[in-house]
Amino acid sequence: MNALLLLAMLFQPARAPDLDQRVMTLSEQFRCLVCQNETIADSHADLADDLRQQIREQMIAGRSDAQISTFLTDRYGDFVLYRPRVTPKTYALWFGPFLLLGGGLYWLYLFTKHSPSSSKLRTLSAEEHRRAAELLRIVADPNVAVYRDQFAELESDFRAGLVVRAQYDRDRDELERRLIEDCRE
Amino acid sequence: MPSPATIGHFALIAALLLAMIQATVPILGAARGKLSWIAVARPAGQWQFIAVAIAFCCLAYCFITNDFSVLNVASNSNSQLPLSYRFAATWGSHEGSLLLWTLMLAFWTGAVSIYSRHLPDTTIARVLGVMGFISVGFLLFMLTTSNPFTRLIPALPDGRDLNPLLQDPGMVVHPPLLYMGYVGFSVAFAFAIAALISGRLDAAWAKWSRPWTLVAWTFLTCGIAMGSYWSYYVQGWGGWWFWDPVENASFMPWLVGTALIHSLTVTEKRGTFKSWTVLLAIAAFSLSLLGTFLVRSGVLTSVHAFATDPKRGIFILGFLGIVIGGSLALYAVRAKQVGRGSPFDVVSRESLLLSNNVLLAVAAASVLLGTIYPLVIDALDLGKLSVGPPYFNTVFVAVMTPAMFLLGIGPIARWKKASIPELARRLRWAFAASLIAAIVIPFYVEWKPLVSLGLLLAIWITVTMVINLCDKARTVRLKSLPRGYYGMQVAHLGVAILIVGITVVTGYESEKDLRMERGDTVSVGGYDFQFKGLNLASGPNYEAIRAELSVGRNGIVNVRMHPEKRIYNVSGNVLTNAAIDTGVFRDLYVAMGEPAGENDGWSFRIQYKPFVDWIWAGAFLMAAGGVLALTDRRYVISAKKKINRREAA
Amino acid sequence: MKFAVPLILFAVLVGFLGVGLWRDPHLVPSPLMDRQAPEFHLVRLDEPNLSFSPREMLGKVWLFNTWASWCVSCREEHPLLEALSKADVVPIYGLNYKDKRDDALNWLNKMGNPYVLNVQDTNGRVGIDYGVYGVPETYLIDKAGVIRYKQIGPLTLKALEETILPMVRKLNIGLQP
Repeated sequence: MNALLLLAMLFQPARAPDLDQRVMTLSEQFRCLVCQNETIADSHADLADDLRQQIREQMIAGRSDAQISTFLTDRYGDFVLYRPRVTPKTYALWFGPFLLLGGGLYWLYLFTKHSPSSSKLRTLSAEEHRRAAELLRIVADPNVAVYRDQFAELESDFRAGLVVRAQYDRDRDELERRLIEDCRE
Repeated sequence: MPSPATIGHFALIAALLLAMIQATVPILGAARGKLSWIAVARPAGQWQFIAVAIAFCCLAYCFITNDFSVLNVASNSNSQLPLSYRFAATWGSHEGSLLLWTLMLAFWTGAVSIYSRHLPDTTIARVLGVMGFISVGFLLFMLTTSNPFTRLIPALPDGRDLNPLLQDPGMVVHPPLLYMGYVGFSVAFAFAIAALISGRLDAAWAKWSRPWTLVAWTFLTCGIAMGSYWSYYVQGWGGWWFWDPVENASFMPWLVGTALIHSLTVTEKRGTFKSWTVLLAIAAFSLSLLGTFLVRSGVLTSVHAFATDPKRGIFILGFLGIVIGGSLALYAVRAKQVGRGSPFDVVSRESLLLSNNVLLAVAAASVLLGTIYPLVIDALDLGKLSVGPPYFNTVFVAVMTPAMFLLGIGPIARWKKASIPELARRLRWAFAASLIAAIVIPFYVEWKPLVSLGLLLAIWITVTMVINLCDKARTVRLKSLPRGYYGMQVAHLGVAILIVGITVVTGYESEKDLRMERGDTVSVGGYDFQFKGLNLASGPNYEAIRAELSVGRNGIVNVRMHPEKRIYNVSGNVLTNAAIDTGVFRDLYVAMGEPAGENDGWSFRIQYKPFVDWIWAGAFLMAAGGVLALTDRRYVISAKKKINRREAA
Repeated sequence: MKFAVPLILFAVLVGFLGVGLWRDPHLVPSPLMDRQAPEFHLVRLDEPNLSFSPREMLGKVWLFNTWASWCVSCREEHPLLEALSKADVVPIYGLNYKDKRDDALNWLNKMGNPYVLNVQDTNGRVGIDYGVYGVPETYLIDKAGVIRYKQIGPLTLKALEETILPMVRKLNIGLQP
């Protein structure tokens, strides 16, 4: 909770000690109820003017920001808060994204861990190599065209020395395997 | 000679019939192997486009020629309105913008039918069939609840006028760009559904879905950037992003679309993560449709929302249920069949790209969560709360920061298995330099943690980009690198510039809200603004009070600014027209408030916005990267391939 | 199966959106429900020498209606208020919100006066205390001075017949509504 507040605090604009500034800054925390898509600071509605005036008077009287905020929510409810409070009602809102993120990254990790590593895949039979070569000769198939491009890229990487022989063989096998898979009728 | 409105109405009906044929015959043909039925797809799609285009031209014609016997024209236009805005008013209303949506969809349909000769006819039959189904939904919606051609009898002598906020070049450009993007995701969606129906997701699918997605993404990027810039100079508050439900509605598909582009790269290269990519393709367009619902149903309050009507809301919700529900049901059943693909290591380019996917998806989900949360709480009778920008800013920045960091590492990491020690070795100086620069630079103005964080990310992205380029230059000639590679670098550079803009303007902008009389001077952001006085001005359909301000720095006065308060003749609406002095490193922004006493007294809001234009420059650079990637040689459909095809058949 | 998760989440979403179609997102419910009506001392519209406070109403069930001469919707509900006052079921007290005394009196003369009395809230402070954000708004206050119901916007026949009048009857007998 505190970490969130700290994070939230990082995104506050710096405050000048000027009273006008303080009124505007605090007013930016509240939603105007008439023009509901604007803050009390931005809205030109009469009610917004009145509320800004109220905020100013309370600040002069020495009330803290938290007290002024309570003043407004006592009268207008949580709707008036631009930043939703962190209460049981909003746990899903505030913590949901981070839980989702954790879950997503964990699932990705599991996915990488559980798939067979490339070295464990069986090598292709001579029959399969022949089939792959045969497929590559087809001119008009869109899949074959994609794989031809990928084979060409692999060849040029190998010739440029970016890929070692063992890796090259493994990569060729993989491409052939995928080629056969995709061109299955 | 029937009136254009009648022709337009019949054109829509014809389009609906053609779309119905397009939606059913080809898909049945593909299921049964009937070549003649499959062949219906392309012509049906093209004729549907012609019909919708005719309808659109008719409506535009009615607007341009001031035909006030058409209800839509009478409600949204006026004879005093300048010509370009009369044309733009065609899509200024709920009905008109729906017609624009349908036109874009028909346009994409036509484009797919033409630029797909190299793909199997059965695939295209299914793709066009799915798009036809969506067209049917929109055309039916228009013809039953939102007919743009409804007549007004007797015709009014003149119209109600277009909302003054929309009387602006932004209005002419923003919706078409946005819709091209939104609706463009329907192509990737249709490809995904076609793949699920056929039960096969192959390399060709991954390769050829990508350019369509990229084009849509590019348009959407421009559309959102345009919308942001437009609200910046029209709204009068100097804000450029409000997390308004309608803005979120366009941002969510963008986030998912970005994830999709990157996911398609992985699927094409390694044949892996197919079911995730398909889900993203479904999600991107689903979010576009959801956005359409949110804006037109009255379910959320928004500055943008069109006039709302629960009946329309029910129709769209039902349509949403069928299209998205149907797609997700198909996904639930067929996704397993689609195949697993090749493995990759926990640390590899694939895993980095996919981690970014997860981050982007979570960002989109958070935006969705924040947007509908008030609705959820209200529906559960738990009261009423509101979720404003503070929530979105906090969560979005928290989620995207790691993504920006990974953006630097991804292009450098190897496919299949990247070595962490090697990555650390190549990047440690980059990181150190970025960190030091990011901590030191803000001291020149005023040190703030947020500014340092933003600068760290932006500098990191730029430095890693340079390292990547240098690495590549060592082994290959830079000229031989594919355009796709340069597109990526340009787009990523755009991201860095965007981050700089957002960081600096949020950290260092300043404003003053005050009352000034003639002759008064005020200082904001180091500039001195002197209020010279008021004048009267007038435009083609408005009268205005215009303030004269002269602005100087260090005693040298070199800028004049003229904000206005306009009163539109027909509607009586009052509009604040802010004066903006645009500069590479800062904008000066002055808006008039309310009259305040004698001696020309007025309240003004004066703002100093450093680096704000970098935001839109960065966004357009991202779009430029997309265009560059599209011109990659791989996507050229050579005439040779088409001829070979005919020979083989 | 995990592939069905998106479909399930979507169904939940559609459920919420469907419910949301029938809700008004603009309505801001009052946090003052079932709470003590805020205290005030305001000058009366008709007799500027006298003042009024809700404490004078303890032991009675009453309606507190906010209105203004510049408010268009108030005209809509005025005939209903007139009929209600003639039926003599529940007394109606008025809060004249952010208005000029002369304008308010003229309006009452022209349209009719259903109120037992009116108080002047010229600067809108009492309105803020009551969470008023638009006129008209009407409060039903019970014998203990607790707010039992708030009508946002003009009173409707439906609201009166289905909610307000039954509540008035129950509160008068001493039952919980």
